[in-house]
Order: sequence, then C-alpha cells, then structure tokens
Amino acid sequence: MAERSFEVVKPGLATTVQDLGRPGYYHLGLPLSGAMDRFALIAANRLVGNPDGAAGLEAVFLGPELRFSADALVAITGAELPPKLDGVEQPLWSAFAVKAGQVLSFAFLKGGARAYIAIAGGIDVPEVLGSRSTYALGALGGFEGRALKAGDVVPLGAPTGTGREGASLPKEGRRPAQESGVEIRVVPGLYWHRITEEAQAGFFEDTWKVAPEADRIGYRFRGGKKLDFVPRQQPFGAGSDPSNIVDSCYPYGSIQVPGGTEPIVLHRDAVSGGGYFMIGTVISADMDLIGQLQPHQPVRFQSVTLDEALAARAVEKARLAKLGELI
Amino acid sequence: MAKTIQAPLPGTFYRSSAPGEPPFKSEGDAVAVGDTIGLIEVMKSFTPVVAEEAGTLLAFHVENEDAVMAGQPLYDLDA
Repeated sequence: MAERSFEVVKPGLATTVQDLGRPGYYHLGLPLSGAMDRFALIAANRLVGNPDGAAGLEAVFLGPELRFSADALVAITGAELPPKLDGVEQPLWSAFAVKAGQVLSFAFLKGGARAYIAIAGGIDVPEVLGSRSTYALGALGGFEGRALKAGDVVPLGAPTGTGREGASLPKEGRRPAQESGVEIRVVPGLYWHRITEEAQAGFFEDTWKVAPEADRIGYRFRGGKKLDFVPRQQPFGAGSDPSNIVDSCYPYGSIQVPGGTEPIVLHRDAVSGGGYFMIGTVISADMDLIGQLQPHQPVRFQSVTLDEALAARAVEKARLAKLGELI
Repeated sequence: MAKTIQAPLPGTFYRSSAPGEPPFKSEGDAVAVGDTIGLIEVMKSFTPVVAEEAGTLLAFHVENEDAVMAGQPLYDLDA
C-alpha cells in the first residue's frame, strides 16, 4: 500500500478522479473532462489547503466507502451527500480530520447530484496531457482511466500543510442544490433558424425534465414539445433527418436535439463534433448547475443574449473570488 | 416489526428485469438477504436494489417505472 492512500471499500455508482480538466485537445476529439461542478471542487480544495486544480473525487448520486491508510484532512462539497466517519455524521462544506484506519462513508443523497471529496495533498495519480481527470469513455487519465472499483488503493500527494481542521465555507458562499424553479440560460445558436417560430417559442416555454440517462457526456432532457423544422432539401453531406446537418464542431454546453425530440446538453466528457443541429449553447455560468441536476428534475431554458451571458460569467468569477475571503 | 426500506439512489424504479418478465418480488413474498427487490436505472446503468435484511415484503410504496429519489420509501418489510 502506498504510504499515503485510501482503499476503496465500496466504489459508489460512478466515482471518478477529477480536477479542473484537460482543455486544449477538443479539436482532436478529447473532451475537457474535469469536475461537472467546478465551483464545488475548487471550494473543497480550498477548504483543505489544496491548490484549486488539485485532483479530488467526484461521486454521483451514491457515495463511496473509503478506508484511509494515513491521517488526512478531508472536505466534501457540492451535492447534499452527508459524509460519515466511522458512522458518525460530519458537516458538509467543512474540513474535518480523518485518522489512519478510519472509514469515510456517506448517507443517502438529500439534494443535488455530485459531491466532491477533496483530501489535503490531492489524489496523486499520473497526469495525462496536463490533467489527472478521468475520461472513462476514452479510458484516459484518473485512476487507470476508469471509475473506482472496490479494492483500489488510490495514492495521495503530500499536503501543503496550510489546511486546517474546522475550516468551513459559510452558507452565503455555497450554492445550495435547487429543487424547483431551475432555469438554465441559453444563447440561441448557429442553427436556431432551422426550427419554426412556434418551436423556438415552445422550447423556452416548455418545462423539461432531466432524463435518467443524463451523465458526464451529455445531460438529456425530455417532456417538452417536439420541435418542428423549417422544411429544406438536406444539403450534401447531411443525414436525411431534418435535425441533421453537415458535420460540425460541437461546443461545450451546446444543445443538440436529435430528431427534434430530446435536447442534450453536452457536458465535460462530450464528443467534439457530429451531424446534429444545435439549438444553442448553455452559458458557462450555468454549466456547474447542470452537473447538480437529478433525474426527473424539472427545468426551463431561458433565452439570453451574449452580453447577458458575459455578465453572468463575471458574476461567477466574482463569486469565486469571494471564496478566498470566506474560507 | 415492520420496517421501511429506502431507495439508495435516484432514478427510475423497475420491479422486473425486463418488460413482460415477472416481478422480482410481490407483496407477501419472503425476502432473503441478497435477494433482488428491483432495479433503479440511472446514467444508462441498472443498479439492483438488494435486500440487506430478511423478512416478508408487506407493501411497495412505488409502482413499476416510477421516478424515485434517494431516501424515498421503496417497500415495507416485516423483519
């Protein structure tokens, strides 16, 4: 066993090593990867004295059970997935001490979707193309390119020593999981003209629900009205369905609607291109929010201008900057 | 004594392994530790709901294909 490590007793549903991602290779088909809720991972890292980009664990819907080989400082943020240490509940959004031999486990999820587990020193798996993030579809990065399994022994880095037990992010600095009234802001995109005016209006008026298959690759929604397309003769190179286009790049956050029925927001592990039209792109400020949506949760899409999207990005940056004052 | 068993994770609850197949368990059935009670589908995978306690299944709180939240009551067991 590595000197500082933890052993996976139970892996949870799909627990992966993630940092802030692997930008710069999307044009080669390699997605960004990294935490679906970047704010939560950064907050967790700050709480234990790690640099923002240290690798932690992303646990979705169901927490893992981990046995520590050495004393460690741990913080859990993001989803409301209550941590327990040898069965005793611990606070969220706070740094707590774990003794060698103790077991970290979790109670049932109470809100949100993805919890982030930061450990002082970070998770010390090898960097691949500048990141420790797991891209499971490509079997790349993270711990052996996959989600954790029972029996894995995961190495930890050396702590900086700046983290302190009891450090906590006050409530006003957190983003609580929203159960109702979730609005996702969208800038209508290049292919907006492909659907009828009624379909354009309907997309933003309808309530959509997160489909259970939504994952790190794409968040699928259903329940709104089928989108009608403006008739055209399909151009050479495009498929025969009206939702097909001549192959194009897919931006991070873009919303494709195959067959006009179920919008899919491409997220951190998305494919980088293909032949489906995109109705628009979710603004960067709201991508973290999507990572915390549960299956069947109702959402609405809201149309914003590029200026509004940039203003929202500035608000997010300010919130991140405030983290330094709060912790 | 009757006990309520909760869903371990959110998703869609199924009472049988495939459409048209008989349910894993019906009300009144005996349950042994390790028995599959149902499946929860989320992120393109089906996670079995496995009994951690033996007893008699008294009642289901959810129907086949219902949306469930983590912690939501799934079934009552007379242990």
